[in-house]
Amino acid sequence: MSTLGVLVWLYSAALALRRKLCYVNACAAQQDRTRMFPKGTKRKCSDGGSGDEATEEAGVADVVKAAAASYSLQRQCLLDMSLIKLQLCHMLVEPNLCRSVLIANTVRQIQEEMTRDGSWQIMTEAFNASQGLSERLVASEILCRPSAAREVDEEGPKPFPAVGYGGCHLEEVVVAEDATLMGMPMMLAAAREEEEEDEEEEEEEEEEEEEEEEEEEEEEEEEEEEEEEVVQVQRPAEGSKTMDQVYGKFEIKSPAPSPDPALEELFSDVDTSYYDLDTMLTGVQGTPKVGPYDLLENLSSHGPTSVGPSSTCRTDLNELDHIMEIIVGS
Amino acid sequence: MAGVGGGNDFQWCFSQVKGAIDEDVAEADIISTVEFNYSGDLLATGDKGGRVVIFQREQESKNRPHSRGEYNVYSTFQSHEPEFDYLKSLEIEEKINKIRWLPQQNAAHFLLSTNDKTIKLWKISERDKRAEGYNLKDEEGRLRGDPFRITSLRVPVLMPMDLMVEASPRRIFANAHTYHINSISVNSDHETYLSADDLRINLWHLEITDRSFNIVDIKPANMEELTEVITAAECHPHQCNVFVYSSSKGTIRLCDMRAAALCDRHTKFFEEPEDPSSRSFFSEIISSISDVKFSHSGRYMMTRDYLSVKVWDLNMENRPVETYQVHEYLRSKLCSLYENDCIFDKFECCWNGSDSAIMTGSYNNFFRMFDRSTRRDITLEASRESSKPRALLKPRKVCTGGKRKKDEISVDSLDFNKKILHTAWHPKENVIAVAATNNLSSLPDVSATLYLLAKPPLKNPPLKKMLGRR
Repeated sequence: MSTLGVLVWLYSAALALRRKLCYVNACAAQQDRTRMFPKGTKRKCSDGGSGDEATEEAGVADVVKAAAASYSLQRQCLLDMSLIKLQLCHMLVEPNLCRSVLIANTVRQIQEEMTRDGSWQIMTEAFNASQGLSERLVASEILCRPSAAREVDEEGPKPFPAVGYGGCHLEEVVVAEDATLMGMPMMLAAAREEEEEDEEEEEEEEEEEEEEEEEEEEEEEEEEEEEEEVVQVQRPAEGSKTMDQVYGKFEIKSPAPSPDPALEELFSDVDTSYYDLDTMLTGVQGTPKVGPYDLLENLSSHGPTSVGPSSTCRTDLNELDHIMEIIVGS
Repeated sequence: MAGVGGGNDFQWCFSQVKGAIDEDVAEADIISTVEFNYSGDLLATGDKGGRVVIFQREQESKNRPHSRGEYNVYSTFQSHEPEFDYLKSLEIEEKINKIRWLPQQNAAHFLLSTNDKTIKLWKISERDKRAEGYNLKDEEGRLRGDPFRITSLRVPVLMPMDLMVEASPRRIFANAHTYHINSISVNSDHETYLSADDLRINLWHLEITDRSFNIVDIKPANMEELTEVITAAECHPHQCNVFVYSSSKGTIRLCDMRAAALCDRHTKFFEEPEDPSSRSFFSEIISSISDVKFSHSGRYMMTRDYLSVKVWDLNMENRPVETYQVHEYLRSKLCSLYENDCIFDKFECCWNGSDSAIMTGSYNNFFRMFDRSTRRDITLEASRESSKPRALLKPRKVCTGGKRKKDEISVDSLDFNKKILHTAWHPKENVIAVAATNNLSSLPDVSATLYLLAKPPLKNPPLKKMLGRR
C-alpha cells in the first residue's frame, strides 16, 4: 500500500464522511422543517397583530429558504447514493434487474426535477469547471465509439452517464449494425489515472473483506467522482448521452475495433462480441470473476501509453486465445 | 375445517420450530420459499443452498382426533446446483426461488422448483417394500457366481422395509429465460404452468421440456427505454385461460390467453391512482409489487407492495377494495431503508383457506395478520426466545411516537436484518408456516428457522418439547 494510495484513500474517506454528515444534517434539517412549518403558521395565526406580521413573514421566508436548501441537499445526497448503488453490484452474479430499474427511475426522477428548477445546469457546470485533464479526454475519445444511429436527445441537460446497470453485466447478446459500448468508456477512462491504481487495489481488498456499506460507499464515491468528472469533460465534445444509456449495459452491440480479416473469416460464425468486451476489459484471457475493481485494476496496469493500435492488436490475440480456450477447454 | 374461530381469532401458539440450533449454521440454510401442498399434509421449503426439504404431517391418531399432527422431515434433496454461465462469465445461483406443488394424481407427489434460470419437476415417491429372494442376484444385488448351479427356482417375495422416500427429477425445463425467474404457477388444467422472469412470461406443458410459449414480453426494443419489470405472476385458480402479472410500477395486468397468442395487451389493468400528497422520490419504489396471489375463490386477488397489502376485486380495476397497512411507521424511514437496500425487500403474502384472513411478513421477525371481516389485525413475532411450545403468542406493537409504552418496541430498535419474507398458510386448517432469520446469540452467522404455528388446542394436553431439527 503506497503512501499515495493511503493518502487518496484517506481523502476519499474524509470526503465521504463529510458527505454523509451533510446528508444527515440535511435529513435533520428536513425534519426540523416539518416541525418548523407548523410552528411558523401557528405564530402567524395566533399573533395576528399587524406589526408582527412583517417579522413573521420574514421568519417564515427564512424557514422556507433553509428548507429549500436542505431539500436540495438531501436530493443531491439521494442522487449520489443512487448512482453509487447502480455502480456497486455483485460482480459474480447478475444484478437484480428490478432493483436496477427502480434506482435508475429514481435517478431519472431527480434529474428531471433538478432540470425543472435549473439546478442541474449549475451542477454540471461546476464539474466542468473543476476539470482540465486532457489525457482523460484523449483516452475517452479513443475508447468511446460514438454511434451514428444514436439520437442525441437535446431536450435538456444531460444526466450523469456515470452509471451502469451493474457495471459490466450484459444480459443479452445482440448483434446490431451500429455499435457503442456504452458506459464502459468512463470506467475505462477513469482507470487511466495512474494514481487510481493503488486505490483500486485497496478497494478490492476492502470489498473482499466485506466492509460495511459506508466504507464501500466512500470508495465508490471517490471512484464515482472521478468518473463523473471524466464524463463531464468528454460530454461537450461529442454531445451528451442520455440517462437511458445505462440500460445499454444489458446488451452488447456489435463487435469491436478493427479485427484481423483472417481471424474474422475463421470465426465468422462465432459471436465474439462478448469475448471482445471480456478480453478488452480484463486485458487477459477471460477470467470467470470480473468485478469492477478487477476491471479497473487490469486496465490501469496498461497505463496511458498503451492507448493506440498496439492495444487493439493485443486484444485481438487475447480474443483469439479466449475463444480457443472456451472451445477447447469446455 | 376452515375459517377463523369466534373468540380466539388471533390466538396463535408455536407448534413447532424447525431449524439448526447448533454450530452447523450457514447462509445456505436461509429459507427462500415455503409452500404447502393442496392437502396441507406436505410442506416444502427451499433454501439458498439449492436444497428442498419436505415435511409431512403425522397422521392424527383416531384416539385423539383433536391433536394436531406434527410436521416431520419427509424428504431432503438437492434440487439445484450452482452453475456457471460461460457466455456471460457469471454465476447462476442455486437458490430456490419458488416451489409449487402439483395436484396429487397418484401415490407419488410432484412439485416444481426453480432457481433463477431452470425449472425442475421432481417426483417424490415412497418405497416401503422390496423384493427378496431373487434367483440370479444375492441380497446385495450382485450376480450370483454360477447360474448353472441353480437347481430350483423361486418367486421373489415382497418384504416390507423401512420407508424410503426418493426424489427424482422427472423434467428439466431449461434455457427459456434470459432474466431471473421470479414466479412459477401451475395452471388449473394441471397440464400447463407459467414461468415469469423480469421481462417475459412463458407457458410450458409439463410433459414438454424443449419448447415453451412466450405469452408476455415487455422487453422494449431499445433496452434504454426500460422502466418497468415484471415482479410476479400467477394463474387463475379456476379459469385456465386467465393469469395476472404485477409490475415494479405498482400495476397489475390480467390477461386472457384466448385473446391472442402473445398477451402483451392486457384484458384488465389494475392500478390505484397515486395520492399526490404523499408523493416522494420513493413513491415508485414502494409501490412496486412484490407478490400477487389470487384468493381461493378466484374472485379476488391480493398484492403486496412495500408498506401495504391490497385486496382487489377482479371486477374493479380502478382501486383495491381493501388496503391494509403493514408497517406504516416505516414511511418516515424510507431514506435509510433505501440506503441499506431494505426498501427492495420482496415480501410475500398469503390467504387462509377460506379467504377470510390474510398474512404477510415484516421486519424484526414480525408478521402481520388481517381479518377481512372484522378488520382486526395483529402483529406477532417469530423468535426462539418467545417460542415456548404451546404458549400463546403475545401481540406485539411498534410505537412511533415519543412515549413508548411498556412492551412496545420503538421503530429505531427494529432489527432490519430479521425479516420475514416467506410465509404459507395451510389450505384448509389454521396452521401457518413462517420462515424467519435468526442471529443466534452465540454465533454471528445467520441461520434460518421455520416456525409452525397453530391455534391453541381447546383442551390442555400435557406439554412436551417439540423442538426438532431440519
